[in-house]
Amino acid sequence: MIKKVYDGHIDYLQIMDENGEIDSEQMPPYLDDGKISEMYRWMSLTRAADTKAISLQRQGRAVTYGPSAGEEATQVGSAMALSPKDILVPNFRQHGSYFVRGLSLYDYFLYWKGYEDGMTAVKKINATPYIVPVATQLLHAVGLAFAQKYKNTGANVLTYVGDGGTSEGNFYEALNFAGVMKLPVVFVIENNQWAISTPRNRQSAATTLAQKAMAAGIAGVQVDGNDPLAVYKATRDALVNLKSAPTLIECVTYRMSFHTTSDDPTKYRQDAEVEEWSKKDPIKRVRAYLERRKLWNDSKQAEMDDQQSKLINDSVDKAEKFRPDPKSIFEHLYSFMPQILKEEEDAALGANFWQQGGQT
Amino acid sequence: MMLNMNTAINNALDTVMREDKNAIILGEDVGKDGGVFRVTDGLLAKYGSDRVIDTPLSEAGIIGTAIGMALGGLHPIAEIQFAGFMYLAFDQLVSHAARYRSRSRSTWTVPMVVRTPVSGGVKTLEHHAESPEVYYAHSGGLLIVEPSNPYDAKGLMIKAMHMEDPVLFLEPTKLYRLFRQEVPDGAYEVPIGKANTLRHGNNLTIITYGTMVPIVTSVVEKKGIDAEIIDLRTINPLDEKSILDSAEKTGRVVIVHEAPVSFGVGAEIAARVAEKAMFKLNAPIIRVASPSIPYPFPSYEQFYLPNAIKISQAIDEAMSS
Ligand SMILES: Cc1ncc(C[n+]2csc(CCOP(=O)(O)OP(=O)(O)O)c2C)c(N)n1
Ligand SMILES: [Mg+2]
Repeated sequence: MIKKVYDGHIDYLQIMDENGEIDSEQMPPYLDDGKISEMYRWMSLTRAADTKAISLQRQGRAVTYGPSAGEEATQVGSAMALSPKDILVPNFRQHGSYFVRGLSLYDYFLYWKGYEDGMTAVKKINATPYIVPVATQLLHAVGLAFAQKYKNTGANVLTYVGDGGTSEGNFYEALNFAGVMKLPVVFVIENNQWAISTPRNRQSAATTLAQKAMAAGIAGVQVDGNDPLAVYKATRDALVNLKSAPTLIECVTYRMSFHTTSDDPTKYRQDAEVEEWSKKDPIKRVRAYLERRKLWNDSKQAEMDDQQSKLINDSVDKAEKFRPDPKSIFEHLYSFMPQILKEEEDAALGANFWQQGGQT
Repeated sequence: MMLNMNTAINNALDTVMREDKNAIILGEDVGKDGGVFRVTDGLLAKYGSDRVIDTPLSEAGIIGTAIGMALGGLHPIAEIQFAGFMYLAFDQLVSHAARYRSRSRSTWTVPMVVRTPVSGGVKTLEHHAESPEVYYAHSGGLLIVEPSNPYDAKGLMIKAMHMEDPVLFLEPTKLYRLFRQEVPDGAYEVPIGKANTLRHGNNLTIITYGTMVPIVTSVVEKKGIDAEIIDLRTINPLDEKSILDSAEKTGRVVIVHEAPVSFGVGAEIAARVAEKAMFKLNAPIIRVASPSIPYPFPSYEQFYLPNAIKISQAIDEAMSS
């Protein structure tokens, strides 16, 4: 005997195309012009902060930085669908998600100037700190979701992984746990087509990354990751559906910039590809929509740009006044100070080199 | 040729790829990109994509697959992009690469090299600056080398590829481009398991390796003391004989490494010197190392790393008894 025991397919959702035209059949009522304007502002702020962070790094005033340019719709659209008690669990590139959540520009710049002190504020906004090891935090999202379910808080968890990160064992383990335990967690794949120099087709032979949901028995969908409306709707639907199953959302987007400020993409990708994708820029398309609706014009743009750049510059100034407390690297390791660690700290503080700012 | 450590390793890889058809390079971004530090630059063009493989992003995948390749008669050279991400392959390294030989009574062996950048001092994000050598040394089965100069780097890589064992090849990022040195064109070996006495002396032995070697050397030169400097080069197996011979001769031992002090390589050396040469010592053994905390964020690293001042103070302390 032979019979079909499983059949599956993956839907692709786009609501706003690259020219800012709306597919009215897919347009949900809650995505009104107010919401779309809000998306536009958050995406623009994210792009402006990103540009500033890169320029600070170039001047030696910030550390290695991974830009989010091009991926704002994925980050902002998904984070905007959360309610305040939901928990955000980013990886290392989700700057826009943090901003929507309420991370201040000061804390963001402080972090990227090389101070973990910038992550002191994230707990208050129900987010976990930036984490650099790829895909490792996905299981933390799963555990956080378990805790929400167990304590009946009604909160959900949203976490992110890159196209590259879907190759890690942790990714499959997270989907699998979430599926078996039916946990309130939404996984967003921020598929920006590249993992440093490795293209998407070298990560997986699968046609979509969304279909990986099927193997874990959870819901999977692919969306235009440069369309913040589609991302928002898919995330909102996933959050509503969490009672029945966790969801994996693959957002198809593009890394418009380098991997990080240490990377040189000219070694491995064609400019033509970047140009092609820049036509699909998420910010451009939303602006085109707003202008057509007479909700936006050059003077509004100039006003917003001024406001945002003032906010950014003030935050950078404040972050540059920060003075690190060397003791903090010892004092946040345990709930108490072990005697032998105290001795290491005292020895370090007593040594000549502390007085000299620790310079070698 | 005058090469820095980066180009010396590249040249060594080229040498072993040419001499051994079974040598296969695999890792994240090792192909077109030439690795994030460019150590494998040009090798894809030269040896093709069957032998220089950009893998999916998975450390356990890279090491596990390399182990299988080695079992299958190949000699893989796996790259883990940063040592801080190698923990994802920890099981593959300590439970499998290190164990196939003993598990099969030497009938299955795992000849392979795992290269990974280590250590800090270069202002990076979290998990790009660890010095994790001791995790891999603890239970045996993995040879662990860490060159401190271009000449040793090339010779150790070639030697590693001539071994029938898994070799962990640790590359201090800070030293990649720090200085150049004359390196022979052709193939040559630097022995594994043999430390290098960089400087001979009679009053003090300083044992070090990796990023600390150039700092220790310059401190000793500035102070004009009669110190012997031993660059371990191999962490496992430790060259105990060179250490004890020197300790017995000078009667004073200072150990300097970047990895945290607790349960570290320094602890191991100090214990062996105490066990076997204690009565020849004139002064307590001193360790200079990083504190027992995770590697801090970049703007704090100058408060964390051992530096010339701390090393100099330790030398003064040792010399005062
Ligand atoms: C476990 C792990 N391995 C390797 C790295 C080094 N690394 C940082 S980002 C990156 C590529 C990630 O690609 P992807 O998941 O697609 O995310 P993207 O960078 O495109 O946002 C790599 C290899 C890391 N941070 N963590
Ligand atoms: Mg990617």
